[in-house]
Amino acid sequence: MLIRQATGILSAEITDERLYLRRREFLRAWGLAAAGLAAGGLDAYAQTSNRPPKLENVAKGPFGTTEDLTPYESVTTYNNFYEFGTDKSSPALTAGSLKTRPWTVKVDGECNRPGDYDLDDFVKPHALQERVYRMRCVEGWSMVIPWVGFPLGDAIKRFDPTPSAKFVEFTTLKDSRQMPGQRSYVLEWPYVEGLRLDEAMHPLTILAVGLYGVALPNQDGAPLRLVVPWKYGFKGIKSIVRIRFVDRQPVGSWQRQNSNEYGFYSNVNPQVDHPRWSQATERRIGEFFKRKTLMFNGYGDQVAGLYAGMDLRKNF
Amino acid sequence: MSSARLTRFVAKPAVFAAALAPLGLLAYGAATRGLGANPIEAITHGTGDWTLRFLLLTLAVTPLRALSGWNAIVRFRRMLGLFAFFYGCLHLLTYLWLDKFFSWADIVHDIPRRPFITVGFLAFVVLVPLAATSTAGMIRRLGGRNWRLLHRLIYLAAAAGVVHYWWLVKADISRPRLYALTLAALLASRLYVALRRSSRASSPVRPRASISTTR
Repeated sequence: MLIRQATGILSAEITDERLYLRRREFLRAWGLAAAGLAAGGLDAYAQTSNRPPKLENVAKGPFGTTEDLTPYESVTTYNNFYEFGTDKSSPALTAGSLKTRPWTVKVDGECNRPGDYDLDDFVKPHALQERVYRMRCVEGWSMVIPWVGFPLGDAIKRFDPTPSAKFVEFTTLKDSRQMPGQRSYVLEWPYVEGLRLDEAMHPLTILAVGLYGVALPNQDGAPLRLVVPWKYGFKGIKSIVRIRFVDRQPVGSWQRQNSNEYGFYSNVNPQVDHPRWSQATERRIGEFFKRKTLMFNGYGDQVAGLYAGMDLRKNF
Repeated sequence: MSSARLTRFVAKPAVFAAALAPLGLLAYGAATRGLGANPIEAITHGTGDWTLRFLLLTLAVTPLRALSGWNAIVRFRRMLGLFAFFYGCLHLLTYLWLDKFFSWADIVHDIPRRPFITVGFLAFVVLVPLAATSTAGMIRRLGGRNWRLLHRLIYLAAAAGVVHYWWLVKADISRPRLYALTLAALLASRLYVALRRSSRASSPVRPRASISTTR
């Protein structure tokens, strides 16, 4: 067999060694550009490369997990926020229409210090802390997110609920000019969620004003959202304008929409399937294989006591 | 170039390549991290969407031909139908592999218990004999009449596919509704064509129109 020397290659055709060594950088850069385009055009890309202002004086909080964080880009481009469209990519593209200042939070119902609080006054008494929590969506995917916020319980103490306050009801802004998704009837607007008072007072439950050390991007529920890490993500109501203390169990928007599929408690529970799909496993965003879903999303040591003696199959 | 050669050597390869484009875009997106934060979900939804779209395109051929008189279009019907099956196979494979990782116990547990999976699986099963009998030899062996009867199962597959999508979504039914309306329009246009044909066939004024029913 005749093996000819490769003599036909001009030196000009040979890739410069420095460029050759940087080939992976080019591939990465192109991959990132393609990701930006696929996420909905260059606007989305610009938006993700342009983070909100950094939050000052954020201390490390308790209950953190050491699991790998879900990248900022994923946390801010993959959102269920139907007020800005039902595609997960659309909130990142359209939530710019939300005006988060000035912002008023109405506190009312069964408490001794009701009032309309300007957001800054609402937040100011609390020291901000970072809480790295798992977030499990009812759809079967999960993330690990470094939230910035403060315990909801600390805020509740300020408003001094009366003995007849048994539950807390939260409401999202309703304004279809700012939230174009509200123009179509997908859920009953405004979005409403609720917690039992002891769940709301639990030290794991926080009100978040930021993530990754910066103010919450609009698509993640700016300027104020709830985070309850042992419950499915839809309990984490976004862009809160009202906190009401009530004596009766509130009806959440998803529960109202389909009470067979979404209950009041919505605790992460691998043994109780969503009627249409299994909840036994989940896909952590960024991972190929699925992982087993943990009872109470892995926060059982902290919260199982809240539900002692309850049938969690009935109270799903 | 004759019109038959043009169809065979230009139009068909072009349609074939175009029908592969959605797969190409998914593969390119997967390779370049261009499918967003949850690429497996994007692949699952993408292959499912294209299965439905090709089913509806296949169902559009016959009424379009009857209404427009553009007979050459029927030469693309089999290819479109086979692409529906092709994307259906990929869609099923994403479920078996990327969602269930071939855990057969889970799969056997899932299919009868999750209505949207049951009906989606039914749509796929119905497509199998249609794909298997798509060759000229099979048409000959079955005979045109039996073959046509068998291939009416595509109505069931398309309806089951739309229901599969409808039952999957959590709240926003706008897209499954669009598919349902498209399917309804396509079926209505068939009905219209059939009614028009039978009224012409029974009309003594234009007896020649009955010839078209033999096709």
